[in-house]
Amino acid sequence: MAPASGHPPLKARGRTPSGIEIRPAYPAPRPPDMPGEFPFTRGIHPDMYRGRFWTFRQYAGFGSARATNERFRYLLAQGQTGLSVAFDLPTQIGYDSDDPLAIGEVGKVGVPISTVEDMEELLEGIPLESVSISMTINSTAAMLLAFLVAAAGRRGVPAEKLRGTVQNDMLKEFISRRTYRFPIQASLGITVDIFEFCRERIPDWNPISVSGYHMREAGSNAVQEVGFTLANGIAYLEAAREREVPLEELTRRMSFFWNSHNHLLEEVAKFRAARRLWATIVRDRFGIADPDCARMRFHAQTAGSTLTFQEPENNAVRVTVQALAAVLGGTQSLHTNGIDEALGLPGRISARTALRTQQILAHESGAGDVADPLGGAPAIEALTDAVEDGVRKLIGEIDAMGGMLQAIEDGYPQKAIEEEAYRHQREVESGERVIVGVNAFRDVSARETSAAPEVLSPTLERDRMRVLQRRRKRRSARRVRELREDLAREIGGGSNVVEALVRAAEGGLTLGEMSRILADALGEHEE
Amino acid sequence: MSARKAGKPPRPIKVLLAKPGLDGHDRGIQVIIRGLRDAGMEVIYTGLRVTPKAVALAAAQEDVDAVGVSNLSGAHLTVLPETARSLEEAGVDLSRVVLFGGGTIPEADHRSLRKAGYRALFGPGTPLADIVSFLEEEVSR
Repeated sequence: MAPASGHPPLKARGRTPSGIEIRPAYPAPRPPDMPGEFPFTRGIHPDMYRGRFWTFRQYAGFGSARATNERFRYLLAQGQTGLSVAFDLPTQIGYDSDDPLAIGEVGKVGVPISTVEDMEELLEGIPLESVSISMTINSTAAMLLAFLVAAAGRRGVPAEKLRGTVQNDMLKEFISRRTYRFPIQASLGITVDIFEFCRERIPDWNPISVSGYHMREAGSNAVQEVGFTLANGIAYLEAAREREVPLEELTRRMSFFWNSHNHLLEEVAKFRAARRLWATIVRDRFGIADPDCARMRFHAQTAGSTLTFQEPENNAVRVTVQALAAVLGGTQSLHTNGIDEALGLPGRISARTALRTQQILAHESGAGDVADPLGGAPAIEALTDAVEDGVRKLIGEIDAMGGMLQAIEDGYPQKAIEEEAYRHQREVESGERVIVGVNAFRDVSARETSAAPEVLSPTLERDRMRVLQRRRKRRSARRVRELREDLAREIGGGSNVVEALVRAAEGGLTLGEMSRILADALGEHEE
Repeated sequence: MSARKAGKPPRPIKVLLAKPGLDGHDRGIQVIIRGLRDAGMEVIYTGLRVTPKAVALAAAQEDVDAVGVSNLSGAHLTVLPETARSLEEAGVDLSRVVLFGGGTIPEADHRSLRKAGYRALFGPGTPLADIVSFLEEEVSR
């Protein structure tokens, strides 16, 4: 039998990935507050999962609206309780599937949606009034929200009955996720348009999910993830306040999105520290006294970037530990990754196992039986304080730079994350940071694997092109011209972009057409 | 043995790194930029949202020794071959200039990409040292 390669020292490291030193033991800390009480360190509800489990919400989307609809129905039939739509890159950046810039990308990292009919197909048979829909969409959030409202309208479901979330977090796109299209200030303007639109038309909708997930994936540590994300959250509230959006309402509907990474103790501490920090920001910085506004609700996803290409079965264990951290940390919603994520798009079996992982945590592990089960544990309280201190320092630095917009324009968070990603890589290569099956305990003889990523249809792009072009032909050229002119006029006139886009979507304009008009009016971001 | 291996490099290895297309997963390429620079190479990065033609033009103008193309969005079977074609059209001789790729590229796709001109494809978890030694060997050949 071939030996496993690389055997690191057989003792615990005593240091979190953020560089926080962990002592071998801690004395008992002060007694913590109760869950459900300001500043919500221990959770936003007194009874947490005794009232209701977190939402089982798997991020999915690939191929076509029809293929994705099938996957949605499959996941719902398997016990998933919320939907989360992954859009392909052309859709995320504002190109129709038949745009030359979309070639090779259609249906790859998500579902292509270019028209209101696509949205109807995507949601066919999905009970829109009972299943909440989360859409990971940013630059084109206003267009996709418009398609959703128009598609629901065609089905007779009024907008105010819809429940769900648009990510609508542009600042982190410039920092790390990179599906930007319009310039920073213009993007922020659309963000606030979405706040206003949702407040008036879809009151139960979350108009933003301020996301640390992608910064963590890009290489940040836990402290930076929380620091940069809360700094973005502050920037959004300031932008909303400038436009006189009532912050007491907005803060109630604001949500967050965190990464749930490998270091169980630091991650649990991170979730707790993030809640405490946000609660005090809402109260002290924005002077909002009502504690209901200070509850930080969040979605969590296990860390895709920790999953290994080598021995992918091991990823099931990583996902389990990370998901446990999110549950112990009091998440409201969770996505658990498929084991084949480092190889490609999750196949049906790995998507099922991923969902089962959180169902096992919910129904078999007992982790949800009590709110904040680790609260009061000396090490957890000490780590929570340490993450909080680190984040406060970071936010202080960003304030000193003139706020997050300025910091992003100066490239500060981008550089800090790159630095950390490089440090991580060097630690992996020196063996200081162990990745089982990659730089340690690697079975060099093994080639076989049980991972089976999804295989997309080779005719996908051609089929899609045909459908879209048929739809284009059905429209009258005069009507399209009128719709374009109306949209350009409304945007030029400074009216709420989303309102105008809903009319355009109802009339039949495509995503690419709408985005072109916006880009002509607002410009495009260039790095 | 080449001059480079004898320890007298005529100039540092010059590498163009590129992410053609819409893909924005740039953690890997950012790490590689720094890793290659730390290994003494000269690295030019095209940035995001560039066309294969623009990549080819830059490679030709800068007279690079190697071109590395990254893709993690599943579009590798379109983006990578098209970049290879554009390089040839721009007059870049792929027998002299080392073309290599990286990202989430399944092994099943390696053969067709090698045929398109890629001398190596690096997957997730590849140590930087492997890429450095690959370039040192291939470029000096």
